[in-house]
Amino acid sequence: MDYGRSERPAGAAPLPTAIKILIAGGFGVGKTTLVGAVSETRPLRTEEVLTETGVGIDDLSGVEEKTTTTVAMDFGRITLSDDLVLYLFGTPGQDRFWFVWDELALGAIGAVVLADTRRLADCFPSIDYFEGRGTPFVVAVNCFEGAKQYRLDEVQGALDLDPDVPVVLCDARERESVKEVLITLLEYAMKLREERRRAAAD
Amino acid sequence: MTGQGELAEHEWVDDHAGPVVRPYAVTGGRARPVTGTFDLISLVTATRAEVGSESGLGPEHVAIVGLCQRIQSVAEIAAHLDLPVGTVRVLLGDLAARSLVQVREPRATPAGLPDDSVFEAVINGLRAL
Repeated sequence: MDYGRSERPAGAAPLPTAIKILIAGGFGVGKTTLVGAVSETRPLRTEEVLTETGVGIDDLSGVEEKTTTTVAMDFGRITLSDDLVLYLFGTPGQDRFWFVWDELALGAIGAVVLADTRRLADCFPSIDYFEGRGTPFVVAVNCFEGAKQYRLDEVQGALDLDPDVPVVLCDARERESVKEVLITLLEYAMKLREERRRAAAD
Repeated sequence: MTGQGELAEHEWVDDHAGPVVRPYAVTGGRARPVTGTFDLISLVTATRAEVGSESGLGPEHVAIVGLCQRIQSVAEIAAHLDLPVGTVRVLLGDLAARSLVQVREPRATPAGLPDDSVFEAVINGLRAL
């Protein structure tokens, strides 16, 4: 393992601000690929180990041993400036780990729901979750080779989205394409904040 | 951990067999940190270049101080040390209680979100990449 030393003496300067964006979508839709396309390091994996008390929904009555489940999240890092670091977290695919999502979504500035037009229904749970929480999100349609191309308004209709929610095409392997998706999300999130502020002031 | 150990006790196991030491053993059975909450993106930096064999510190504590000579998020520490996030939080609590690490929680408004200037800075930062 590499314990690289920095030139900067520890504790000398204020620590940067860290922010996070979530990358959601069904299994195999390309979440980790998208993270890897813009991350400055190869995507890292972090794990939460859950005991039976954490999993909650499982009926473990009569089970004597402690059951543990591991939920893995892939994430990447983009250092935007000396005082700003952006983390992208791929959300765990399984619906039963919503409480892990709650931790991830807390303080997240927004989410990208990655969609595959061949399995559009796979992103319904993510959309429902972010709508319910009021987390700003955009839908990015990952353009897989060989998949039928749909018009974006067709995707919007099929997902029954609020017409304001941006739906964009992307190639999760391409850095420039992923950058555009993230910028679209941030601009939308800012617009949404402004609207909510105005609504609260009225 | 795996049934493999029982079948062939004398065989060496590789990384795929999972950690040899249970996460709870690393923390002495503790599930919660003594201090702090440690969000996944809380940033951590060591306050010293290294720590010696201070009482109560294990090899994982020393490894975290080594890793945090560069600023790392809680998630990165967990990934690099191949430990569950919950375990890393406990270890960080020990280090924070001894002032061996400095922790910066994510900047947020009372609503739990960063302020407007952060959004603009992220957009500009992404455009400049």
